[in-house]
Amino acid sequence: MIGALLPPVLPASIGGAIEFIFEPQSSNVTGGKKVGGLDQVIELMLNQLEVTLFALVLATAIALPIGLYLGHRGVGELFAVGLGNVGRAVPELALIALMAAVIGVGLLNLTIALAVLGIPPILTNAFVGIRQVDRSTVDAARGMGMTEAEILFKVEMPLAVSTLMAGIRSATIAIVATATIGPIAGVLTLGDFIINNNVYGQNGLLAGGILVALLALALEFLLARLQRLLTSRGLRLSEA
Amino acid sequence: MRTTTKRARASAAVLLALFLSIGVAACGSSNDDSTSGEEGGGAIVSNPANGKVTLTIGSKNFPEQEILGEIYAQALKAAGYKVKSALNLGSETVAHKAVTSGQISGYPEYASTALTSFFGLEPEEVPADAQEAYEKAKAEFEKEDLTAFPPTPFASANAVGTLKKTAEKEGLKTISDLQGKSENLSLDGSPECRQRIDCLAGLEKYYGLKFKSFTPVDIGLRYKVLETGQADLSILFTTDAQLSAEKDKFVILEDDKHVFPAGNVIFVSKQSTVEKAGPDYERTIVQVQKGLSLPVVQELDARVELEKQSPAKAAASYLKEAGYTG
Amino acid sequence: MTNGAAALALPLAKVGEVGESFFHHRTSETLPCQAQSSHLFCFDWAKENIDSFATPTQQHLELVLFSIFAGFVVAMALALLAHRRRWLQAPLLAITGVIYTVPSIAFFFLLLPVTGLGRDTVIIALSAYTLQIIYRNAIAGLANVPAAAKDAARGMGLTETQILWRVELPLATPEIVAGLRVATVSTVALATFAVFVNAGGLGVKIYGGGNLTFPTSIIIAGGIAMLMAGAFHMALVGIERYATPWRRAAAA
Repeated sequence: MIGALLPPVLPASIGGAIEFIFEPQSSNVTGGKKVGGLDQVIELMLNQLEVTLFALVLATAIALPIGLYLGHRGVGELFAVGLGNVGRAVPELALIALMAAVIGVGLLNLTIALAVLGIPPILTNAFVGIRQVDRSTVDAARGMGMTEAEILFKVEMPLAVSTLMAGIRSATIAIVATATIGPIAGVLTLGDFIINNNVYGQNGLLAGGILVALLALALEFLLARLQRLLTSRGLRLSEA
Repeated sequence: MRTTTKRARASAAVLLALFLSIGVAACGSSNDDSTSGEEGGGAIVSNPANGKVTLTIGSKNFPEQEILGEIYAQALKAAGYKVKSALNLGSETVAHKAVTSGQISGYPEYASTALTSFFGLEPEEVPADAQEAYEKAKAEFEKEDLTAFPPTPFASANAVGTLKKTAEKEGLKTISDLQGKSENLSLDGSPECRQRIDCLAGLEKYYGLKFKSFTPVDIGLRYKVLETGQADLSILFTTDAQLSAEKDKFVILEDDKHVFPAGNVIFVSKQSTVEKAGPDYERTIVQVQKGLSLPVVQELDARVELEKQSPAKAAASYLKEAGYTG
Repeated sequence: MTNGAAALALPLAKVGEVGESFFHHRTSETLPCQAQSSHLFCFDWAKENIDSFATPTQQHLELVLFSIFAGFVVAMALALLAHRRRWLQAPLLAITGVIYTVPSIAFFFLLLPVTGLGRDTVIIALSAYTLQIIYRNAIAGLANVPAAAKDAARGMGLTETQILWRVELPLATPEIVAGLRVATVSTVALATFAVFVNAGGLGVKIYGGGNLTFPTSIIIAGGIAMLMAGAFHMALVGIERYATPWRRAAAA
């Protein structure tokens, strides 16, 4: 059954981790140079945000137009929904590892791999969001003489904002989470604290976990605000 | 809703059956690679008294380490012990904690790593002589109720490596030759190499080298980055299989200032475990590692890293070819 | 040699030396397919070593099944609890929201000081992830039960508990199973990260040892994971169809 509860490897404490985040600590293997501290934390965090942002922009640029188009035209449901299902099943670790082995490492390559990760949720949600808009509303707009583009941008998209944003939020969290293991692919992110036990110790390990969690929560909060901003007043009132 | 419950139960039963059948298949196949020395004819003899003792052999999760772990585990099994293996310890810190806490019985460690990582020696303080390094490490381990067994014949060290044609073009034979040239050359190494004094930090401090860039990559990619031209220089290991199998492609630069301490492998174990396990514990391990010369280790590394053989299989063929097991 | 004599005899001089045939002389040209990291798939190696994937697959399946089961049970218990006591819903929603956002990989390491390296950490983290998906779907599903159906049942004289089990839950089943489906597929993918906390699984064949430069192993492991996810997906779609016969009747 479930294995016996192994004793923790080292009692890392939350206090120790917090200390690690703010103050450089000494380490056994660096020959005297200190590790950790706010400067290093910020540097790695910015690296992680950078690759996340690049990947998100790339994924959105590819997935959003396709999803919106297919949703508006009402075709390609099998593809759009299937892509979401298949995308969820792809193990992120395998994707990054395969990219590193075949194409190479570095910021550009990691960005591409992470973008591939982010495309399915954005595309699927764009498709589903548009499809779920009430058909009679669309028909009314068509009857009023709006062009297809106008219908998409002025009627369908505003009504589908919450689904669209859900897809973008989902993609963002998946990307930032996977960007954690960036150090194995040449991009120095917060995962450095987690992967390099020897240098950063158990406090660094715990600090890495805390920082990634906080980063994800912060991004989610920002995107939730963005969603509120983008949702028209009428919808906001009805959704409240 | 009785139909719902019945159908849900049926589906759960299908999943359970799938799970069990995979379990049975896995149990069946996992015994394939272990050798049993009870047939006789090999130098390791099974001592029934050892059957009361269960040993858990650990190792770090790097091919060379896994091979060593398998060699020791299979040898001890041949000597009659009950053996479990945990060849997946992520770093020397984790391994150290695992052995002090009793999660594992012992694991192979590089004497140089023990001295620098655990006991705080500077790389230049690590004795070049294997026996001296071993005794120094053992003395330190004893303070923690641990002990170490005598060292292996082979030693492994970090090395700065590059493509042969790069070395010829830039005129590089030793690491000191990089002075003045390293600013134009990029270096790749493991993520932790960046700050380790027995790696990049040491190159910067003792050789005074500044590189154009340092990119952290997983050690599994250390040759790939040279091949693809992503890195001019890469941190390699002196026991790497590629250095003999592909010696027309890769070379390592001589560590003339001895910044990279060479480490022979010493098996670290808790003193209480050694007492409980009886004399065959240390005797088997020391005996079975006598054949591990540098060419042999490179051959084993080649089989696992280049030919992707499982470490268990490589270890088994070593034990057989060297006459330890029948 | 008898056992007794051998135990006292010194090792023979020859023991410890391997013969010349032990060394396979290799050159760059004679290296097999799997030595090059640019070779996407090496069929010979795959054929010979496919059995080495059995144990990681079994470990992976165990991690997934335990996590799903634990997550499902707790999620349903919480949903049933919160369904009656409205005041619980807001705090539970907030907590599950946080669990949803915190990436599983971070969760693994947050748990380390408490549960250490090994399977327990993975199962707890993945159960939490599964839990919040199923909980949200269950609450939504139960909330979407048409009031008319409940009223009719009440009119027929059923007690609240009977209404829950005979009307509300069956009508909420599609949403619950949909949540279970999403959770299971995601868990199969996430369980590959178990390798970072020494808990085994298919991640070992992707990241462990020299596998990071070995596309064949990565592709096989990733392929097995996706097949596993696909199998769960199909099974759960099937369960959803069985459990809601009235929808098939309506569609027909």
